[in-house]
Amino acid sequence: MVSKIIKKILRLISLELAVCITVFVLITLSPIDPVQSYVGAGVAVSPEQRENIAEYWGLNSSLEDRFLSWGKSILKGDFGTSLIYRRPVISVIYEKFASSIALMGTAWILSSLIGYSLGIIMGVNQDKPLDRIIKSICILLSSTPTFWVGLLVLIVFSVNLGWFPIGLSVPSGILSSEVRLIDKIYHMILPALTLSLTSFAAVALHTREKVITVLESDYVLFAKARGESQMEIIQGHLIRNTIIPTITMQFASFSELFGGSVLVEQVFSYPGLGQAAVQAGLRSDIPLLLGIAIFSALFVFLGNFIADLVYGLVDPKIKEI
Amino acid sequence: MSKLLEVIDMSISFKMYEKGFRQSYTQVINNLCIKVSRGEILAIVGSSGSGKSLLAHGILGLLPNNATMTGKILYEGKGLTEKRIEELRGKKIALVPQSVTYLDPLMRIAKQVRGNVKNEERIRKQKESFRRYDLCENSEKLFPYQLSGGMARRALICTAEQEDVDLIIADEPTPGLDIELAMKTLRYFRELADKGKGVLLITHDIDLALNVADNIAVFYAGTTVEITPVSDFLKGEEGLRHPYTKALFNAMPQNGFKAVKGYQPYYKDLPKGCLYSPRCTIAKEECSKSKIPMRQLRGGMVRCIYAT
Repeated sequence: MVSKIIKKILRLISLELAVCITVFVLITLSPIDPVQSYVGAGVAVSPEQRENIAEYWGLNSSLEDRFLSWGKSILKGDFGTSLIYRRPVISVIYEKFASSIALMGTAWILSSLIGYSLGIIMGVNQDKPLDRIIKSICILLSSTPTFWVGLLVLIVFSVNLGWFPIGLSVPSGILSSEVRLIDKIYHMILPALTLSLTSFAAVALHTREKVITVLESDYVLFAKARGESQMEIIQGHLIRNTIIPTITMQFASFSELFGGSVLVEQVFSYPGLGQAAVQAGLRSDIPLLLGIAIFSALFVFLGNFIADLVYGLVDPKIKEI
Repeated sequence: MSKLLEVIDMSISFKMYEKGFRQSYTQVINNLCIKVSRGEILAIVGSSGSGKSLLAHGILGLLPNNATMTGKILYEGKGLTEKRIEELRGKKIALVPQSVTYLDPLMRIAKQVRGNVKNEERIRKQKESFRRYDLCENSEKLFPYQLSGGMARRALICTAEQEDVDLIIADEPTPGLDIELAMKTLRYFRELADKGKGVLLITHDIDLALNVADNIAVFYAGTTVEITPVSDFLKGEEGLRHPYTKALFNAMPQNGFKAVKGYQPYYKDLPKGCLYSPRCTIAKEECSKSKIPMRQLRGGMVRCIYAT
């Protein structure tokens, strides 16, 4: 177990190194002019001043030197200052991540619970009308773009019905110290719902397949031969044999969750990490963009890592090797 | 001896799709007849692919959805309806399945042997069975994948002991057991039979079957060609009735190891009349005309018009 974790950590280090090199080189190759994005548009700066800024930031040195000096400060925990927010990148990411994690976490739990239950219902009723109906809905949902579902949900629940706010994570026009938890939750419901709507279908369909395989297995046949009722089989064998793959799949789907949150946060103007990533890209905030790339890689890696760990803890076949 | 189980003219066919959406029905078990009385061990022998396991699943009402079964199954003289078999399964009729895949891979073995009944009495019974089959106390906590083939099989046999059943259907219970344990298992079935239970022993090991069984039903291409008391089987060719059984007897290592030409026909192109006729040495024109019924002969049954 310990050696497994050490191996994983080494893998994480090599992954992050690769991510750093890739995004750094990509940004260097991109048409973003770091001097221009630093001084901002509309400010008249003479060519000499530009040259001085470039010299000051070390932009004239070679790619390797720039990467190394960036890398050194990253290792020290200095991710630079965000050009949009005029604050250290690390504090921006921390703040945005905190609001995103609540959104993603809620959506994640919702999609796990709904997806797994629907999967069981479909599998147990294989090819019956109930299964066909739910399956069609799942296929429809999983082939629907997230942003479109978001817009639709907004139109129905916020604009037409007026049940929920149309955007943001807190009510506008009041001091941040006056924001209550209930306000935050209220603002989070629609984005979380949208995010889980598009992701539970995959879990449900996956669980359905697994349920069907288990129900056709020899051991379920034998359980029937021993007089176990359908309910006893579901409780005794079915859940036991289908829950692990579902949990694993959910942890391994962190990347899709993060990708989905970028779109959902954009549609709902929800100030989370996804929106910050979009803003950083659109407004050439290089330090923030690099920082988000590194942290999102870490986030996705953690998901996969937990999936592995959970598998090892729950599945006896893996645990004891 | 009162009759416990009687299978009359059982046929099982599967619905299949051929090229596109054309459905076809393939019959894998044809007009099969057997009966098991209290106190009797009926061994069913036959080569692989002759439909032995399907018979077991058919009796228990556990055939897959695309299978249709015709014919009659009587249990204690009354028809075995779907509802009735559901009540009897596990309580009065036990199955000893043939491989470790019949155990839940994620459930500890002792719990699995006990089944869904949770009480002191059951725990005591399970421990007793484990002792009888040399499964040590440490093995109680193991998962099926940690068991050796022999241990898994012994655990499967233990499952049949947990309820006070009247009929045991054992599907190949002995492969993977050493000869000593195999004999022990079969002797245990014998004991149960002597106590008035019925045992349907499905096996391809004729030698072992001869040791404990009372009667032997010989399977060929999904049907019974002969049912004979063990004593007749031991007499050899004179005692036996059907040409296939005689050939089977002669093919045993100790009886000359002689093989008959040809193969058991594939279930898709079965001969029209007697299923054995293409390989039979005494077959005449009549044999391939129409189905041959089972008939009584010298205290056994045979599906051959020329058998004497």
